[in-house]
Formats: sequence, structure tokens, C-alpha cells
Amino acid sequence: MPISTAKHSIATPATLSQRLMVAIGASVLGLSLVYFAGFSHIEAVHNAAHDTRHSAAFPCH
Amino acid sequence: MITRIARTAGFSGLLAALLLTLLQSFWVAPLILQAETYESAAPAAGHHAEGEAVAAHEHEHSAEAWEPEDGWQRVLSTTGGNLVVAVGFALILAALYSLRAPGRVSSGAWWGLAGFAVFCLAPTLGLPPELPGTAAADLGLRQNWWVGTAAATAVGLALLVFARHWLLKVLGAVLLAIPHVIGAPQPEVHESLAPAALETQFKIASWLTNAAFWLALGLLSAWLYRRSSDA
Repeated sequence: MPISTAKHSIATPATLSQRLMVAIGASVLGLSLVYFAGFSHIEAVHNAAHDTRHSAAFPCH
Repeated sequence: MITRIARTAGFSGLLAALLLTLLQSFWVAPLILQAETYESAAPAAGHHAEGEAVAAHEHEHSAEAWEPEDGWQRVLSTTGGNLVVAVGFALILAALYSLRAPGRVSSGAWWGLAGFAVFCLAPTLGLPPELPGTAAADLGLRQNWWVGTAAATAVGLALLVFARHWLLKVLGAVLLAIPHVIGAPQPEVHESLAPAALETQFKIASWLTNAAFWLALGLLSAWLYRRSSDA
């Protein structure tokens, strides 16, 4: 096996399940960021991101 | 792979959020501010139940919780909100790229348009972008419908584009349609404090800025993902 290939497989999670885990983790993190800014019921967060919510057409108020 | 996703999402989210803020400041925010003048000028007694509830609700808000003052504070906090939302969306795109790498930068545009369809177009078919002071159904119900619609549209689009079997494609099309057959929660009385012309202008402004934002986010994330090495 060439060295470069070996390196590659160490640096990258090779199995499909690992890749899926990372992708799902990143998506969940992304969705929670969107939820926090766009949907959270905390008043101060709502007021701060108010214009973002209206502009992005998230349900607001 | 994690650093690649994080790097892609961080930078493309940052850049797209700046573009969004720029477009908003010149086009969307003035309309919101204009609508708020109607809202604060509205005499509480002269309005119908829903509108009154919305206006009264808002006054409660401002009395209790912190809110940014108009001017640089408001622009800054909106920028912050945009940044959080944009990095969130970019993380989802980068996660998808890690499963199905974009072959060209231009395929990012398709991912961006898909994001626009899922998170903006489909939900706004039932719940159009609204200005402050617009009567609307219960917030929780609308948020649930919004989330359900986005999820159904995402799965529906994915099936339509990637599924091989025609039956799955049909299922995808059905999923796209279901939320709109069920219908979004509507207020008992449709009314708005701002004039209809302003409302229309706001809808167009919101759609176009979101479309531009998603297109930019898709292209930027695909470009950065392809540039970034898989280490």
C-alpha cells in the first residue's frame, strides 16, 4: 500500500457509518443554531434576532 | 473531515451572513422599521381581536426583556442573528457535501437553491413573510407547521433527485405536496396594521434576499469545501 493512501485513511474516517455520524452531528449542530436564533422562545434572543426572523420568514411573535 | 466541515461552514456562513446583512440593511430593514411605525401608532382599541393581541403582546415584550435600540445596536444584533443562522445552514450543507462531494463549484448553486426551497420557499407558500403587526395564528402551531414543511420538503426533494426507483420519486412528490394539502395554520381574521402595498413589497424583498443569500451560501460553501483538503 502506498504511503499516501495509508495517510489518507488515517486522516479520514473511512467507514460509511463514521462519515454518517459526522454528517449527522454537523447537521444537528447546524439545526440547533438555526433553532436557537430563529425559533427560541427566550425573549432577549427573540428581540435580538427579530429582524433576522422577519427577513428569513421564520414564524415570529 | 470534521475540520473540513467546520472550516467550510464557518467561512461560507460568515461571508453569506455579511451579504445577507448588507441586503437587509438596504432593503428589508427599512420596510420592517416602516411597519413598526404603524404598529406603535395603532390605537389599541380600534383594532380587532387578533391585531390587538399582537400589538399588546409586543408591548409586553419591550417592557420586560432586553431589546436592541434602533441604530447600530439593532444592526449589530441582526448581524449576529444572521451569522448564527447562516453558519447553522452552512453546517448542514457542509455535512451533506461530506456525504456527496460537489463535483463542481456550480453544483453548490443547486444545493443553495434546494436550501432556499426547503427553508424559505416551501414554508412561505403557507406562511408568507410577514411584517411586524400582522395578524397570525398561534406561534407554536405555525412553528410546528414550518418545521414539518421544511422536513417534508427536504426529504421529498432528496427522493425526487436521488431516488432511482420511480415509486420513490412519486413518494417524494407526495411528500412535497402534503404540507400544503394539510394547510398552514391561519389566523381567524386576516389583517395587518401596515398597508397591503408595504406587505407585498416586504414579501418580494424577503424572497429575493433569501434567494440571493442561499445562492451565495451554496456557491461559497461548495467552493470552500472543494478548496479545503480532506485532512
